Amino acid sequence: MSWFPAPGIARRVRLGWVDLLVFAAVLLLLLAVLRLGGRMAVPMHALGTISLDPWQLPLYAGESLLRIFIAFLASLIFAIVYGYLAAKSPWAGRVLVPLLDILQSVPVLGFLSATLAFFAGLFPGSSLGLEIAAVFAIFTAQAWNMTFAFYHTLVTLPRDLEEAAHVYRLGRWSRLWYLELPSSAITLVLNSMMSFGGSWFFLAASETVTFSGRQVMLPGMGSYMALAEQRGDVPAMVAAVVIMVALIVLVDQLFWRPIVAWSQRFKLEQTPSADGPTSFVLTILRRSVLVESLQRVVHPVWEAIWRRLARPMTPKSGQTQASLAWRIVFSLFGLAILALALRAGWHLLAGIGLGQVLHVGWLGILTWLRVTAAVGLGAVWTVPVGVAIGLSPRIGRWAQPLAQIAASFPANMLFPIVVAWLIKVHAGLDIGAIPLMMLGTQWYILFNVIAGSMAIPQDLKEAGRIFGLRGALRWRRLILPAIFPSLVTGGVTAAGGAWNASIVAEVASWQHHTLVANGLGAYITLATAQGQGAHVLLGIAVMSLLVIAMNRLVWRPLYHLAETRYHLD
Amino acid sequence: MPEPLILAEHIDKIYDMPGGGGKQVLRGIDLAVREGEVLAVLGPSGSGKSTLLRIIAGLAAPTRGSLAYHGAMAARGGDGVAMVFQSFALFPWLTVQENVELGLRARGLPEAERHERALRVIDMIGLDGFEGAYPKELSGGMRQRVGFARALVVDPDVLLMDEPFSALDVLTAENLRRDLLELWLEHRIPTKAIVIVTHSIEEAVYLADRAIVLSRDPAEVRAEVPITLPHWRDREDRRFAQLVDEIYSLLTQRAAETQTAQGRRRPDPIPAVRSGALNGLVELLEDAPREDIYRLGEELQFEVDDLLPIVEALELLGLATVHEGDIALTDEGRRYAAASLLERKEIFRTQALARCPAIAQIPKVLGQKSNGRMNREFFVDAMEQSYGEEEAERQVDTLIDWGRYAELFAYDQESRQLYLEQDEETHLSGPKE
Repeated sequence: MSWFPAPGIARRVRLGWVDLLVFAAVLLLLLAVLRLGGRMAVPMHALGTISLDPWQLPLYAGESLLRIFIAFLASLIFAIVYGYLAAKSPWAGRVLVPLLDILQSVPVLGFLSATLAFFAGLFPGSSLGLEIAAVFAIFTAQAWNMTFAFYHTLVTLPRDLEEAAHVYRLGRWSRLWYLELPSSAITLVLNSMMSFGGSWFFLAASETVTFSGRQVMLPGMGSYMALAEQRGDVPAMVAAVVIMVALIVLVDQLFWRPIVAWSQRFKLEQTPSADGPTSFVLTILRRSVLVESLQRVVHPVWEAIWRRLARPMTPKSGQTQASLAWRIVFSLFGLAILALALRAGWHLLAGIGLGQVLHVGWLGILTWLRVTAAVGLGAVWTVPVGVAIGLSPRIGRWAQPLAQIAASFPANMLFPIVVAWLIKVHAGLDIGAIPLMMLGTQWYILFNVIAGSMAIPQDLKEAGRIFGLRGALRWRRLILPAIFPSLVTGGVTAAGGAWNASIVAEVASWQHHTLVANGLGAYITLATAQGQGAHVLLGIAVMSLLVIAMNRLVWRPLYHLAETRYHLD
Repeated sequence: MPEPLILAEHIDKIYDMPGGGGKQVLRGIDLAVREGEVLAVLGPSGSGKSTLLRIIAGLAAPTRGSLAYHGAMAARGGDGVAMVFQSFALFPWLTVQENVELGLRARGLPEAERHERALRVIDMIGLDGFEGAYPKELSGGMRQRVGFARALVVDPDVLLMDEPFSALDVLTAENLRRDLLELWLEHRIPTKAIVIVTHSIEEAVYLADRAIVLSRDPAEVRAEVPITLPHWRDREDRRFAQLVDEIYSLLTQRAAETQTAQGRRRPDPIPAVRSGALNGLVELLEDAPREDIYRLGEELQFEVDDLLPIVEALELLGLATVHEGDIALTDEGRRYAAASLLERKEIFRTQALARCPAIAQIPKVLGQKSNGRMNREFFVDAMEQSYGEEEAERQVDTLIDWGRYAELFAYDQESRQLYLEQDEETHLSGPKE
């Protein structure tokens, strides 16, 4: 198998401290998963007792971590299966790709209550339903982006490799294993990492939920923070923030870094590059005899499985008829779903008048203004700061990971602190929601700008210096055009985040005060709290439409401009 | 005559064009691959010779016509071919040995047999010691050796090669060609026939027993040239040079006869050559009354494909004439060569307007508009009928370059519009900003 170096001649025979470390780590991981996993399904009445004892924090961190990793595993499987179907079957693709585009635009948090009721109904009396709902919320924050990434690489496979795969009769499995998965590995890993980072926000939002009229707290970091804030326990809040940051850093170092470093072997370019990403964890694993012996054990099993799976591709002919039957089944299925959805929508919306729809539209515009302001204001400070950092490679090297951590940090854990301050200065949430949105989203712009300005070619910078480009002219002619593509990427991510954040940012409370903004996010949140399903649906539909419209009318043309005119190569 | 292994009859290939219509790249191709021969397929670039190879390999289906495997090939069907790619097409995440084993693995062979066969071929092709290396650690020549090993390890009856040496430097290519020929001539590989697509006439004459010369737009078999010189062939040999010259004139000969036979088809596309290259060749020819095009190409280290369009463009503009493989400047061409920069533009403009209807049309069309502007797509659409989308885009690109050089019209990349420059003063000044 090629994904790992084939077990060759043993380099060492004796076990070393490295092996001890690996062994201990594996054992610990297994124990933790078993222990924490057992706690995911308890009777409902046993829930709701969160302890603010800081010594309990690692346990809560572990439970949150388990949730996010289960969601990630599900997202990965979903991305590969969905992306594969969408890319391989032109007919499925015609439905699946636009559907994914819509799913991506739906504000996930708005749906939390609906999915909660659904999953809780599946497991009455047990916390398992709530756990699944939380995992599902995280899943929806990760899966779409990863799926798009995988789909995209599948439809843009290098042509010569595809032809080689064809000539040498690689069957479906061989193609997937030797061509498709490796080609997409780097993109998939990077997108997974980004999606994973972004999903902490949803973890925090989905652990403390209102369910059948009462607040339920699933044990985890998000609930701990929520409780600490409700009680106004400042030391506990500080402890939670510290552990949260530590958690993000640990996951980055122990999980993502090794995977990113490992994925470099799937680079398509034919020249060896000197300084790729490295990871000390990966080095340890690669040096471990234990891992090597494991490979020896797995290898024959793998070979046996492989020989069963590998079927040489046969030149096919009579395939058109089968796909015709498929098309009919598929179309009928699609029509049925469409009809059902229309009927359900009609029923739900029947009680709502046109006036209400117009009102929701107006609220949508208000929230849209806030989102725009949050992205704009975020850009105002992050662009100069990001460029200053990025142009100095020494600062850039450590500042970029910091910005990435800041972007991963679930900003909603900090909302109540800002709200407390807003209450103190007697400011309303109509304006106050904007800084709340910025709290989570501006970092996306920042680290993209840093990355963009780090990537400005040296010769362009030197040419600028020689021709005396300075001040405003330097910005207009050199820097802004050069970072434009990164700025667009950062902006679109920030805007998406801000839409989602509006649902938790337009209604916020601190102890006994609750502030409400006039906007679509608040509308959805309040309708959810009052159990008005039709209103929730209307709100989500309007928000999805707004997001889709923005993507089509603003971001896509900007992307196009970035790719054609401001592409540095 | 040995029986054919592969027989292709009346092969047509038409690519669908977005927005209806199609571009025909192959027309009525008959081709037999016979046991024991090396067959070279020659043609100008974009003539569809790679497409033909891909049809034989089963990578693409012909629009019309039939492809049949005979003899030893019949039983194995599409399994009996292997292919070597111009770009090597190695999987960068697999080691040399894993790349070589790929075809065997896909066939579900057990590990021991895979290793045994792969190592034997790796040995034979001279990759010993590199089994565990990744392609990116290897030089171009070694990479293509992996490409050969991967092809030979599946014991193909027919080995297909798509410009296998053209991504390599001259010495490496020569080395690899000789090694391959040695394996073939000494029957150290069970391969029964080799088909090589190439644009290098010398390579074809050096390796092949038979060469097929394709024409362009769409490709038809223009000639079949048997090459009966004994191996090893000497490039300095008179007969070798004669064969090269013969094929060369076959390649450069305009398809005048075929065109008149079919009546008025469509205007010939203008060769996709930038004005700078035209100037370069004119200056080179200034001192020589006549020049052999083949020599010239060798001197400039240009492949036929690179040089031919420039020659055609000079011919089209009436700056040079071609006669029996020799090129010479016309009177107009000599005047052009001696002229100053601004005078050259003047001559170019006059010649282009007089001799190239496509470019003469554009200022007329633009002049009919009150603002003197017209979208680029208009011209692309107009040409798409005759050339298909890709070629139409290239035509318009060339027309814009010529038009800009001749200062007949200007082009705004932002709005993608061609326009007449209104202001006489900006007429001769440099680009704005």
